[in-house]
Amino acid sequence: MTAPQFTRVTSHAASLVADDVDTDQIIPARFLKVTDRAGLGPALFADFRAGYGAAWPLARPDAAGAQILIVGRNFGCGSSREHAPWALVAAGFRAVIARSFADIFRGNAVKNGLVPVALGDAEHAALVAAVTTDRGTPVTVDLAAEQVEFAGRSAGFTVEPFARRCLLDGVDELGYLQARLPAIAAWERARDGAP
Amino acid sequence: MFAKVWDAHLVEDEGDAPAVLGVDLHLVHEVTSPQAFAALAARGLRARRPDRTVATMDHSVPTAPRDRGGRGPSVLATVDDAGRHQLDTLARNCAAHGIALHGVDGERQGIVHVIGPELGLTHPGMTIVCGDSHTSTHGAFGALAFGIGTSEVAHVLATQALLQRRPRTLRITVDGALPAGVVAKDVILAIIARIGVGGATGCVIEYAGAAIRALDMEARMTVCNMSIEAGARAGMIAPDDTTFAYLAGRPHAPAGAAWDRALALWRALPTDPDARFEREVTLAAAGLAPMVTFGTHPGMGAAIDAPVPDPAGVADADERAALTRALAYMRVEAGRPLLGHPVDVVFVGSCTNGRLSDLRAAASVLRGRRVAAGVRALVVPGSQAVARAAEAEGLDEVFRAAGAEWRTPGCSMCIAMNGDQLAPGQLAVSTSNRNFEGRQGAGGRTVLASPLTAAAAAVTGRVTDPRTLEVAR
Repeated sequence: MTAPQFTRVTSHAASLVADDVDTDQIIPARFLKVTDRAGLGPALFADFRAGYGAAWPLARPDAAGAQILIVGRNFGCGSSREHAPWALVAAGFRAVIARSFADIFRGNAVKNGLVPVALGDAEHAALVAAVTTDRGTPVTVDLAAEQVEFAGRSAGFTVEPFARRCLLDGVDELGYLQARLPAIAAWERARDGAP
Repeated sequence: MFAKVWDAHLVEDEGDAPAVLGVDLHLVHEVTSPQAFAALAARGLRARRPDRTVATMDHSVPTAPRDRGGRGPSVLATVDDAGRHQLDTLARNCAAHGIALHGVDGERQGIVHVIGPELGLTHPGMTIVCGDSHTSTHGAFGALAFGIGTSEVAHVLATQALLQRRPRTLRITVDGALPAGVVAKDVILAIIARIGVGGATGCVIEYAGAAIRALDMEARMTVCNMSIEAGARAGMIAPDDTTFAYLAGRPHAPAGAAWDRALALWRALPTDPDARFEREVTLAAAGLAPMVTFGTHPGMGAAIDAPVPDPAGVADADERAALTRALAYMRVEAGRPLLGHPVDVVFVGSCTNGRLSDLRAAASVLRGRRVAAGVRALVVPGSQAVARAAEAEGLDEVFRAAGAEWRTPGCSMCIAMNGDQLAPGQLAVSTSNRNFEGRQGAGGRTVLASPLTAAAAAVTGRVTDPRTLEVAR
């Protein structure tokens, strides 16, 4: 298995600027009866979109092919299902730009090459304004520089340094942990009081 | 207390890389594990510590009632193909890796966060993880317990360790004594309404105060269970004599000299008086009332007799839009209490409120009464052991006599993966943990409440304050 890699992506963005979008909205539970991780794209927002009717933002022609999704606060709250980033990646997204993320979603996202970008309120508002004015606005997420660039502006963000290094260098987290097995075994012996 | 448990499990402290945290207990279920086992297979790896890994089947398991004593066809006969494949996959993976499995027809099967404590697998001071966000439940014992994603399930299977950044700390103190009719579920719903669904993001919560200390273990589990609904990584309650009395004699609890050694360690876990928390929140128990949610996340809750907030009074434009959308979805009117709102379904169960004390509470309301015409009431015990204990004291008969369905253990209508679900538009008063849009079935509407409030709604067919119903205790 190869580790996901990410350096930078430039794309127009799809906007779904709602707060507290939970992972049940991202992918409803009935799609979790799978034993692999492929093909979950059609399940993305399968029910949430119904509440928007014809106004569902991801159905706009100018959202087609977007690799960046702009959302609101506390994105990915609720269930720990990693199917949420799997579905977003399967639908073609490589970065999600939010005002904030829920912890488990953020961790799951980076493990699948989906970059969670949290922007400050003013910068988030400027980005939303720019892409609302011109849906075709190119947005760049540069993980190496930890910068988002759009409409002649740039905004900084931070990704947890180890996750960032893993994404930039293609480091495999499980391989990293396996290299620590001697220390893990030593810790276990100390805990269990064995000689 | 958090720092003591964290520090005791540090294999390597954090620096540029996150800390390597040793894991004492890994709980596994059918939904979030197949891709993790596949990741191990792709690398030719085996589960490293099957002796510290326990699996159960809960999310996809049908709960259709069987004849008395659980006889009759295996519940597997009623699983759909995808669900059966997932359950078969778990059974095959557990057999291949030597992991103990409490399968659908096993006598200790049940919801993962119900069986861990009741088997005595959950101990104070442990690190416990599971590919399920409600793993926070086990924090009721003073364990550091949190939900992980499927990639991390693979990490733990392969190494029995995890990469973690140290969370921040938040203490929530509930002072005083709870009024009659106000229970643990109301406490945690009030806390989430107060701090918000993202209010504890990045934090481990310690629940403290006289009202928390007075709770029994099952009630403490209800509180810790919903820590994730405030965004917290975990919730913890300091172990005390209540904790130790619960654990003593359980199948996987230490015994003999090992018990004495464990007890000495456990007694040293509670937070030192001079410990500093990064944030403190305090609530007065006396001011709490039965709680209900009116919206589409667990933070949209209010006292049952308080008016639903009016979006017009919300200053923040995004919050106003979210509340407007939520009330439209719920078909709830702003400015009036939810009291009296018609109810289609009542669900008593889940890892939040599917334990014996929860069933007793619901039965105390339903005893001698009938479920209102047109209302479907489901009672789903959290485990086979809970079901047996409830049947031994006749609770199943109370539910059946009232016209409620007494079903078999599983997650059931909390996550609606097993066929137990709302029809579009139906409104449920539910003892589960999430009222997200469509959580209990596409188009379904969920009002979260305590078992007392849920049972009161079953009897009247409307959202009802349980304090207004006379209860034979």
